[in-house]
Amino acid sequence: MSTTLTNEEIGRYSRHLILPEVGMEGQIKLKDAKVLLVGTGGLGAPMALYLAAAGVGTIGLVDFDVVDVSNLQRQVIHGSKDVGKKKIDSAAESMLDINPTLKIVKHEVALNSENALEIVKQYDLVADGTDNFPTRYLVNDACVLLNKPNVYGSIFRFEGQASVFATEDGPCYRCLYPEPPPPGLVPSCAEGGVLGILPGVVGLIQATEVVKIILGKGETLKGRLLLYDALNMKFRELKLRRNPQCPSGRCTVVNELIDYQQFCGVVENHTEPVQSTSDLEPKQVKAMIDSGEDFILVDVREPHEHQIASIAKATLIPLGQLPNRLSELPKDAKIVCHCKSGMRSAKAVDLLKLNGYSRVQNMKGGILAWSDQIDPTVAKY
Amino acid sequence: MAKILIPTPLRQFTGGADTVTASGATVGELMGALLAAHPDLKKNLYNDEGKLRSFVNIYVNDEDIRYLSKEESAVADSDTVSIIPSIAGGR
Repeated sequence: MSTTLTNEEIGRYSRHLILPEVGMEGQIKLKDAKVLLVGTGGLGAPMALYLAAAGVGTIGLVDFDVVDVSNLQRQVIHGSKDVGKKKIDSAAESMLDINPTLKIVKHEVALNSENALEIVKQYDLVADGTDNFPTRYLVNDACVLLNKPNVYGSIFRFEGQASVFATEDGPCYRCLYPEPPPPGLVPSCAEGGVLGILPGVVGLIQATEVVKIILGKGETLKGRLLLYDALNMKFRELKLRRNPQCPSGRCTVVNELIDYQQFCGVVENHTEPVQSTSDLEPKQVKAMIDSGEDFILVDVREPHEHQIASIAKATLIPLGQLPNRLSELPKDAKIVCHCKSGMRSAKAVDLLKLNGYSRVQNMKGGILAWSDQIDPTVAKY
Repeated sequence: MAKILIPTPLRQFTGGADTVTASGATVGELMGALLAAHPDLKKNLYNDEGKLRSFVNIYVNDEDIRYLSKEESAVADSDTVSIIPSIAGGR
C-alpha cells in the first residue's frame, strides 16, 4: 500500500489532486488499485489508455491476438507500425509511453474456465472488453464467484450497452440475460460492422465507472443498463434488478465455472459431411466460369458489401432476402453461393436445399479466398 | 397506439424501421400486433414453445416486464416499449 505520492506523481496528477472528489487520498487509491482489462480491442483500447493516464497503478491485460490493419479504425491504442505485433505488447508500449510509473501485467492467454479464477483473483475489479458471449459469461461468473465488480460494455454497429455487474448487492450479467443467444442469431462486429468511434465512447463510460468504483465516489451504473444510440445521439437507461432467486449475498445461479463454449452452443462439429460434398474451391468456380458452364453464382452479401468488391458473374441476393426471392432461381438450376468468408453462403446453401434445390454448392472462403487465390485486384475488406 | 423501439439487429425484419407503433392493452397484445405486421420477427423473439427467448428483454418505459406482469403487463398509448437483445461486440 502506498501512503504517499512522489513529486513527479504530484505534478503528473495535479488536475486530479485539485478535485476534492479525488485529492491525495483518491489518487493514492488509484495508485494502489489493480484492474484487469479483458481484451485490448475496441473497448479495451480506450480503457487502457485512459486508466493508464489516470494513474491506476496496476493494469492487467488479457489478449492473445495480433494487431491487424482492420483493427486500426477503432483500436486507437495500436498504430500502423504495430500491425503484426502482439496486441498485448503494442498496448503495453502505448500505455507506458503515457505513464511509465505504471505496472502492467500481461496475460497472453485466452481466458477459460481453467485459468479465469487464478487470473481474476489477483485484481480488485474487472472491465469486460471482450467480443463474444462465452467469454462474457465466463468473466461474469468468475467475478460473481470472487466478489469482484465487473464493469460491462458491449457494442453493435451504432449501439452500445454499459453497466456494472457483480457488486456485493447488485445484479450480475445473468440477471440481465439468463442465457446467451444461439450462435448465428446475433451477428458479431466482424459480420455486422461497427462505427469506429462507438467503442471509444462505450469504453470510456466503462473507464469512468472503474475510476468511480476505485474512488468510492458518485453513483455507478449498478442496477442500471445504460443504452447509447450513436446514430440518433441518444442515451437511455433501463432498470436492472437482481434475480429474485438471489435475494441477498451470494448469487444462487453461479456456483462454479462451466464449459462456456458448450453453454453458448459454439462447440464445433468437425465431422460435418454436408460441408465437404457441397463445398467448391474458388479455383473450381473460376474453371466453371472460364469453361462457360451453365450455372448461377449468387452473392448473398449485403448491397454495400457488393459495392466494395464483387465477382463479375455474380447475382446479388442478400441472405436476408433469399427466402422471398426464391422465384428468381429455377429449382433445377446449378447454383453456387458465395459471401465474404463462406459462413453466410453456407447458410444460404442450407436454406436452398431445404427449399428443394438439389444442385447447390458453396464457394469455400468467399470473396476473401477469391482475392487471395484468383484475382488479387478484388479488394479485401 | 404505443411506440415499440426496434433494436438494430432486428431492424432487418421490420423493413429497416427503428420504431413501430401498434395497439394493444398489454405487452402480449402489442407484441401480437407487431408480429402480425412483421412475421419474420417471430423466430428471433420467441422459441418454438412460444416463450420469449431468454436473451431478449422487453421493457415498458424503463421497467423490465419480468418484474411487472410479464406479457400481461399493461401498456398505455403514451408508453414506449423497448426490445433489448443481448449484444456481445467489443473489439
